[in-house]
Amino acid sequence: MSASLATVSYIGATILFILSLGGLSNPETSRRGNWYGIVGMTIAVLATIFGPRVTGGGIAWIIIAMTVGGAVGLYAAKKVKMTQMPELVALMHSLVGFAACTVGYASYIDNSITFEGAAKAIHEMEIYVGILIGAVTFSGSVIAFGKLSGKINGKPLLLPMRHFINLAGLLVVIWMGNVFINAESALGGVFPLILMTLISLAFGVHMVMAIGGADMPVVVSMLNSYSGWAAAATGFMLSNDLLIVTGALVGSSGAILSYIMCRAMNRNFISVIAGGFGTGDGGSAKKGDAQAPAGEVVPVSAADTAEMLKESKSVIIVPGYGMAVAQAQHTVYEITKLLREKGVNVRFGIHPVAGRMPGHMNVLLAEAKVPYDIVLEMDELNDDFPATDVAMVIGANDIVNPAAQDDPDSPIAGMPVLEVWKAKTSIVMKRSMASGYAGVDNPLFYKENNRMLFGDAKKMLDEVLAVLKS
Amino acid sequence: MPLIIGIPKEIFPGEKRVATVPDVVEKLVKLGFEVKVESGAGNDANCYDDAYVAAGAKIAASAADLWSGSDIVFKVRAPSVDEVKLMKEGQTLISFIWPAQNPELMQQMAARKVTVLAIDSLPRQLSRAQKMDALTSMAGIVGYRAVVEAANNFGRFFNGQITAAGKIPPAKVFIAGAGVAGLAAIGTAVGLGAVVRANDTRPEVADQVKSMGAEFVKVDYEEEGSGGGGYAKVMSEGFQSAQREMYAQQAKDVDIIITTALIPGKPAPLLITADMVKSMKPGSVIVDLAAEQGGNCELTEPGKVVVKHGVSIVGYTDFPSRLAKQSSTLYATNLFRLAEELCKTKDGNIDVNMDDDAIRGLTVIKAGEITWPPPPLNLPAPPPPKPAAAVAEKKSGGHGASSEPMPVKNLAIVFGLGALMFWLVGSYAPAEFLGHFTVFVLACFVGYMVVWNVTPALHTPLMSVTNAISSIIAIGALVQIAPPIAEGVDRHNFWIGVLAFIGLALTAVNMFGGFAVTRRMLAMFRK
Repeated sequence: MSASLATVSYIGATILFILSLGGLSNPETSRRGNWYGIVGMTIAVLATIFGPRVTGGGIAWIIIAMTVGGAVGLYAAKKVKMTQMPELVALMHSLVGFAACTVGYASYIDNSITFEGAAKAIHEMEIYVGILIGAVTFSGSVIAFGKLSGKINGKPLLLPMRHFINLAGLLVVIWMGNVFINAESALGGVFPLILMTLISLAFGVHMVMAIGGADMPVVVSMLNSYSGWAAAATGFMLSNDLLIVTGALVGSSGAILSYIMCRAMNRNFISVIAGGFGTGDGGSAKKGDAQAPAGEVVPVSAADTAEMLKESKSVIIVPGYGMAVAQAQHTVYEITKLLREKGVNVRFGIHPVAGRMPGHMNVLLAEAKVPYDIVLEMDELNDDFPATDVAMVIGANDIVNPAAQDDPDSPIAGMPVLEVWKAKTSIVMKRSMASGYAGVDNPLFYKENNRMLFGDAKKMLDEVLAVLKS
Repeated sequence: MPLIIGIPKEIFPGEKRVATVPDVVEKLVKLGFEVKVESGAGNDANCYDDAYVAAGAKIAASAADLWSGSDIVFKVRAPSVDEVKLMKEGQTLISFIWPAQNPELMQQMAARKVTVLAIDSLPRQLSRAQKMDALTSMAGIVGYRAVVEAANNFGRFFNGQITAAGKIPPAKVFIAGAGVAGLAAIGTAVGLGAVVRANDTRPEVADQVKSMGAEFVKVDYEEEGSGGGGYAKVMSEGFQSAQREMYAQQAKDVDIIITTALIPGKPAPLLITADMVKSMKPGSVIVDLAAEQGGNCELTEPGKVVVKHGVSIVGYTDFPSRLAKQSSTLYATNLFRLAEELCKTKDGNIDVNMDDDAIRGLTVIKAGEITWPPPPLNLPAPPPPKPAAAVAEKKSGGHGASSEPMPVKNLAIVFGLGALMFWLVGSYAPAEFLGHFTVFVLACFVGYMVVWNVTPALHTPLMSVTNAISSIIAIGALVQIAPPIAEGVDRHNFWIGVLAFIGLALTAVNMFGGFAVTRRMLAMFRK
């Protein structure tokens, strides 16, 4: 295959990738979008293998590597539970980060291609930046994986002077970059390169450790963005436009997702990255003065809940991470189906940051076969709560906390929330009275029209379902 | 020693309600009380003695028996002079009292050294008091019954119909005052198919009116009509004349008027004059729910239905009794909730805790001492209405690109920084780099445009597909494994090969796994 033919194939692959992202604009076209991605990737890989930059000697190695990796990937994709999606995605990001590092190092020690003058400096800069981003992505994603799967405590770890540690790290990295580029020999550049890699790894760990569990959707999408930028940096390093374009697409996609998540929590992107939610300097100091919710908590039984659901005309279900943990989505759908057969208008209200990654709840509900046209966003149905008989909150807390609107001192003040308390009755399903990830007490529980259904979401919903069926 | 709750028969003429029903007797017994019911007390509300006995109550043969043998008495109407004489020292009475209107009764009861909780004096603005709010439950019944009475006296259908026998226009109903009774009336009339309009001096109820399916008719005059505690207040002369004009217009147009305007402790405001009645179509109906307090209509005669100028004017004062079973059940539940509050220990003993805001408000006589009126409640002030701008700002926080353009200042900064960066790149970077840079910047923009269109429901698949696509980095590893090498160059083949091999294997995990899991996810999204 000639160089021109390979380039044209790359252009084709680029277009397919763009179409792939565009296809996700609605669920009807999304499956086709995924196929565009698969075809694009196949074209890109084949064009490279049969292109001018790969000689016959490497084919065997390529086949071995791709078979082994592909088998592992397919196996993982098949076995993963839908509730574990955030972990899987985080883990995969770390692989991209790691690959960016290996490619960067390989490119540095590759002496078959030589540059002179400014081109050399730029090439080395590209290697440096590529490895930097790759290393941060790798270690950050590994920590995110650990936090999401519960292997690492979800609480933010805040080192003293953390901002200075980060700043010092950055200065060392810049200085090492200078040393690296001006290094006389290839060997002389290895030391600064390795030192920088270690600092980047440490920075990735530190950055994600400092972020609390509630901010995980932002972290996951941010790492998604980083993995894209790592690919783009590699593209610059190898003068490969396909890598640049694809990396930029992925990078900007992740960046926009992070932005959407931050806005959904009314949080500043920078402050999420800098770490600490509700544990920051301002938030916790004021927490003690925040209004203690007044009133009493009214518990309710599963049988009464079923009764209420049966007698209502319209129901909105607000799922949260608790539903994912309890694996209750299938029971939720069974209940939904029964109620819809009885003529009850059942809808789902999804908060943008419900769960641990963007769109997490949608995927779980889709897995349980809930039709996506009754699954609505917060903005689509927030005005409908006053006309709703029962709002059922399953394992969610902060996203339905009225303090975000009423109490300016609350750490979550200003965050948009689902206004379940405006429904005629709200039922909150929770294991205990413990506060959510933000660590804020929820005045909703004390409202006159609120009922608490204590217990494991799955178990309670099974009981509700049994009563509804009888 | 559990206390005995006594339920006497109501002796007020025409009063059909009873203070508790068999279902609630069971719950009271569970709280630890003994319940004694006067024989025949619930007959008019379809609750007969044997049902009470089955629920665990005892039957007292006469009123005298009942009053002397009870520690707590649940009643509906305020006690008569004769009933007060039956009271004994230390007894507790829970009932409607209206202490402001009945000062003599208060004195007489105080002389008997009893404790009296007036259910009408409940501080309704406390949200936890709502479950005991008998006024609200009664008002709901009144509103419902008002529409039923109107329909009874109205010679036409409520809903519009097109039949073989011709077209029937829907009845037009105007409801003055959108309190609980007014809202219940709106709901009932809308349910029957009428076109409903309503008005209230408190502008904040407009949304409630609309939510019930009625149209809110505004008075063309600016004045705030809330008098605290959710009640209305007396309005200024200017407002009243504008209001009269509006009523006069409505009177000419509608078929049915239901008036519910009451101001606590004052005679009912006059809304419908004799002239307005005259202007109404023959066969129209006015239901005056304020008849007992003098009536909102000039021609109302309390307790009767009269026909004047061809308009039926319903002035009944006993609406709750006309739905005796329903109103007794609701009232009984309200009193049961109060009993729960009084008996937190669930052992059949009560504690009239004067530190509890709700109970303090209810208690008008404590052991012979008049404690009415209660001190004003120490409630947090309701938050002032937020300016409309704040609401509008919140609305724009949805998904999709923000609709408002960026402020010029920010825009200038962004463009300035961008220009500076491009200038730096242009000055120092070699031509080859610029080619890649162009591609990079354009790709960022394409990504930006495409990703904003992704529906939020698909954010997880988006992440997993972008993750799969980012394994394009495999290309980097591929070109390093075995590139064509120029003659005479000693390449570190082994180390490069190992690094590239590892990189390739890892990205392959990502590539295959990412696409497969996305496919699995997307296959689940169905309508």
